[in-house]
This record gives sequence, structure tokens and C-alpha cells, in this order.
Amino acid sequence: MENMLEVKNLSISFGGLRAVSEFDMNIGKGQLYGLIGPNGAGKTTIFNLLTGVYKPDEGIVKLDGQDITGKKTIDINKAGIARTFQNIRLFSQMSVLDNVKVGLHNHYHYNTLEGILRLPRYRKVEKEMNERAMELLKVFDLEKDAEYLASNLPYGQQRKLEIARALATDPKLLLLDEPAAGMNPNETKELMETISFVREHFNMTILLIEHDMKLVSGICEELTVLNFGKVLAQGPTAEVLNDPQVITAYLGE
Amino acid sequence: MKKLKLNKTTKNNLITYGIVILAYIIVEAMLAGGQISSLMKGLLVPLCVYVILAVSLNLVVGILGELSLGHAGFMCVGAFSSAFFSKCTAGMMPDGLRFFLALLIGAAIAALFGLIIGIPVLRLKGDYLAIVTLAFGEIIKNLINVFFIGKDANGFHFSMKDAMSLNMDGGDVIINGPQGITGTPNDSTFTIGVILVLITLVIVLHLINSRDGRAIMSIRDNRIAAESVGINITKYKLMAFIISAALAGVAGVLYAHNLATLTALPKNFGYNQSIMILVFVVLGGIGSTRGSMIAAVVLTLLPELLRGLNDYRMLIYAIVLIVMMLLNWSPKALEMRERYSPKRLLAKRKEAKEAK
Repeated sequence: MENMLEVKNLSISFGGLRAVSEFDMNIGKGQLYGLIGPNGAGKTTIFNLLTGVYKPDEGIVKLDGQDITGKKTIDINKAGIARTFQNIRLFSQMSVLDNVKVGLHNHYHYNTLEGILRLPRYRKVEKEMNERAMELLKVFDLEKDAEYLASNLPYGQQRKLEIARALATDPKLLLLDEPAAGMNPNETKELMETISFVREHFNMTILLIEHDMKLVSGICEELTVLNFGKVLAQGPTAEVLNDPQVITAYLGE
Repeated sequence: MKKLKLNKTTKNNLITYGIVILAYIIVEAMLAGGQISSLMKGLLVPLCVYVILAVSLNLVVGILGELSLGHAGFMCVGAFSSAFFSKCTAGMMPDGLRFFLALLIGAAIAALFGLIIGIPVLRLKGDYLAIVTLAFGEIIKNLINVFFIGKDANGFHFSMKDAMSLNMDGGDVIINGPQGITGTPNDSTFTIGVILVLITLVIVLHLINSRDGRAIMSIRDNRIAAESVGINITKYKLMAFIISAALAGVAGVLYAHNLATLTALPKNFGYNQSIMILVFVVLGGIGSTRGSMIAAVVLTLLPELLRGLNDYRMLIYAIVLIVMMLLNWSPKALEMRERYSPKRLLAKRKEAKEAK
């Protein structure tokens, strides 16, 4: 299997604290990969390193064979990584539809003047954007809420909208930062189905951070367990979850 | 659903244009009937100026979400550059064409200043940005006050000391330091003002509902998320800032060509003016274009309407400010407005009728 993401020897320090050190990870195309570990282990830091929020001190990140180490966030997004956030970050004062349309921004073009003068191309492109955005919203069962302000959606739907917006950028790799945080068991179950559906439907490679073990063991094929910024265990889900080291460090006896 | 949304924003925009056109027709009718005092007549062009300023500042404060306190500075740049142009070219071309070119020049130079100020300033956020833009406004105003530019047979002369050191060989002093520019052609009319207001509204409202506008609003709502979906933050911040500056420049052109003497005083281009424009935007409801427009009109007219009350004028003005603020922002007042909105009452009446 070809690798979608290759991370080698990734390290970063904040002051004296080595937040992530010598981190290696390979994710195959189409894989659903989990990143777990206790609080403060450096999971979100790794997401921030992968998406260019932080620049690594050392190491290489390759996406689909292309070196993206140290690039800017917007260039990494253009290269094909989209993400969601642990604390939801929607465009709260914009409509649900517009949130997705911002995600489509770099795939549909007309210039400022065409927009202000409402030239035919504006109408044509806007129509295409609306259709595409509604299609994406339909996947997440949000099409009837398209008019609402994003901040008026219930929590679970906000999480879904964030995924829809990330998918609108047409990524190769989707990073989900604790997608099930704050959800009840029913919502989590629904989310698991949605994630599996997204993977099938969009043929997507997904990396997710999660604390909900049911979700992790239910859908992830491979796992990396992180502890104090270092890889504790790596491999197929069932093996990793039975590793005695992982049980002591994270899962508890 | 999709259609409904398009219709809704279009409808809202049309209502905004409608209000302007209706106000124009009413004022014109009253002018024809001689029912407007000469004091009020003198206020008509400034009204348009303030509406344009408020609507354009709303683009930065309400849509981009950055606090700018230097808006009067951009207006000042537009006013002086266009007045300079008009005075240099007076008599060289038809008035209409000259004023049109003056508008373009005022807008372009204000936009250029928007770019120059914007590049360093937009790296800052919140309070810091506000303070730097405030300083910019003051610097512009004070610089204009020490500029002496004259024109004679040998071409242009420039000095920053006084009119004498221009060493002029006859000719005209065009910008005379603190005395400013005198004798700018009086091209601004209420009709032109209203047309410019409408153009400003079209530009701002259409921009908001376009791809670029969405990018600008996404930065306001969540910069980190906007970056993560590939929005170029610097580009769109600058775009909002420059368009806003250019429109302020247009307001400046309108302002300059309405006066016989244009001087840069704290009163017209100082930070009091910038704050005043910000008050229009805040009271109109940050982010609401129509609100900014209405607040600008009400708050410009109010001090004049209250002139009869003399001593209590500023007191009443202050009270109106507070009441407007409460009506716009207090949750209880918002609830009341919702309950007693005409739309709601109409719907209720309809319901009652159907029940019968």
C-alpha cells in the first residue's frame, strides 16, 4: 500500500519543553488511523505541526510523496490537508451554507470586480458553489439548516459542519481532532457511521485524535499511542490496545 | 431553500437602495416646494458624505472585524488630493469630466494610502491596530497643515516651511499650509451625493455577498479556521481595508467640492471625526450596512434639529445616543423589537383573520 502521509523524526520544543520528539508515523492511502494518548501527550501539537501552525525543529513531513515540511497553513491546505478543531471553530456569524462555501473558496473562482458588478460569471460560479455546498451538507444531513447561523446549530451538528467545511477544500488527508468530544453515546455512534461513510464516499484518508475508546477500537485500523511526546506503541488497533505498556500508561488496569 | 436565501439577501439590499431613493425623492419634492430651510439645504451634501463614511467604515469594523480609528485620515487624503487636482485643472476641461476624474483620483490616492498603512498595520490586532490607525489619522491631518504647494509658469513648487519660501514667480499658491485650499470648484450637489451613496452601497453590499466578502467575514469569525481552509488572511484583510479607504476617499472628494475653503482642522479630519464615524457604525449595529446609513443620517441631523433647544441640545443628543445603543444591543430591547416588529404584527393579524 502506498503511503498518503509519511512523518519522520518530527520534533519540536517550546522553551525547554520537548513537546514532540522523534515522532514517526506512516499512514496508507485510504486508511483510518488513530492517534491516542493521555492529556498533554502532544497529540494536538502533532496536528498543529502537520498543518503548519507550528514549524518543526527537526523532521520531515511528506504528503502523497510531496514534501510539505515547514510550509504555511494555507499552502498545506492547498496541498491537501484539512482539519477540524478540538474546540469547534466555525464561522459562527455566517450561515451554515456560507461556512461550507468558504471551504470551497480555492476551488471556484471569479474576481472581485465580477463579484461587485454581478457579471454572468459571478452568477454561474455562485450557482455551482451553492450546488456543491448543498451536496456536501446533504451528506451530513444538514441541508435543511443551510439558512441558519452556524452558531445556532446544536453541538453535534456543529461538529458535522466542521467536517463538511474541511471536506469542501477537497483534501487528500482529513485530520479530526477529538470529533466525539462532548457527545453522548448516541451521537458518538452516529458520528462513527458518518466518519465511515465519509471515508467510503470520498475515498478519504483520515487521521483522528480521540479519547473515546469505543470509537477508536470501532473504526480505526491502526493506532499510534503517544506519551510525553514520544511514540509508546504503534500498529494494528487490536495489538496496540492489548500492549501492556499502553494499558499502564493510558488505558489503566 | 437555496432560492429563498438568494431572494432574501437581494430583497434586503433592494430595501436599502429603496430607502435611499425614497429619501431622495422626498427631499427633492420638499426642495421644490420650498419647505427646507437654507440651514438644512447646507446639510444635504454632508449627509451623503457621512453616510458614505459610515458604510465604508462598517466594512472594516463590522465585516472584517478590526477596529480602525483613522477613517477621517483617508477622507482627508481623498479631499486634498482631489481638491488639488480640481484646482490645477479648473477651466481645462468640462466640469462634469473634471469632477469625475477628481472622484477617481481621490479614491485612488486614498486606496494607495490604505495599502501603505494597511501593510504594516494589519499585522496588529484589536487595540494596537486601533491606536496605530488613530495615529495615522492625526499624522495626515498635521502633515497637510505644513504643506505649501504652488504653481507658476515654471511648474510646481513645494515647501514645508511657509508660502514665502516657495519662491514663486507669480502664479498661484494651491495648498497654503494651515489655510488649506481655497476656491475649489463647487461641484458637489445633493444628486451627485445620493448617486455616490448608491454606488457605495452597491459596492459594499455586493462585496459582502461574494466570494471575497465571505473570505473577509471568515477572518472576522475565526482567523485560525479561515487559514486552515486556505484563506489568504493578509490578502483579504488588505482588500477590505483598501476598499474602505477608497470609499472614504470618495466621501472626501464630495466633502471638498462642497466647500469654498478646505482646511485640515481637528473638527473635520481629526480623531473626533473618526470617532464620530465609528459611533455611526456602532449605533447602527456593527455589521449592518443599512443601520450604519440610518445612524449616520439621524446623528447628523439631530444636532441641527435640536438647535432651537439651545442649552439642552447636547444633553438630548447624548441621551439619544444612549437610547439608540440600548435599543440596538440590550437583549431585553431586542426581544421587545422582535415581539412588536411590523412583520410579526402583520402575521398575527393574518392569523387572527384566518381563525375567524
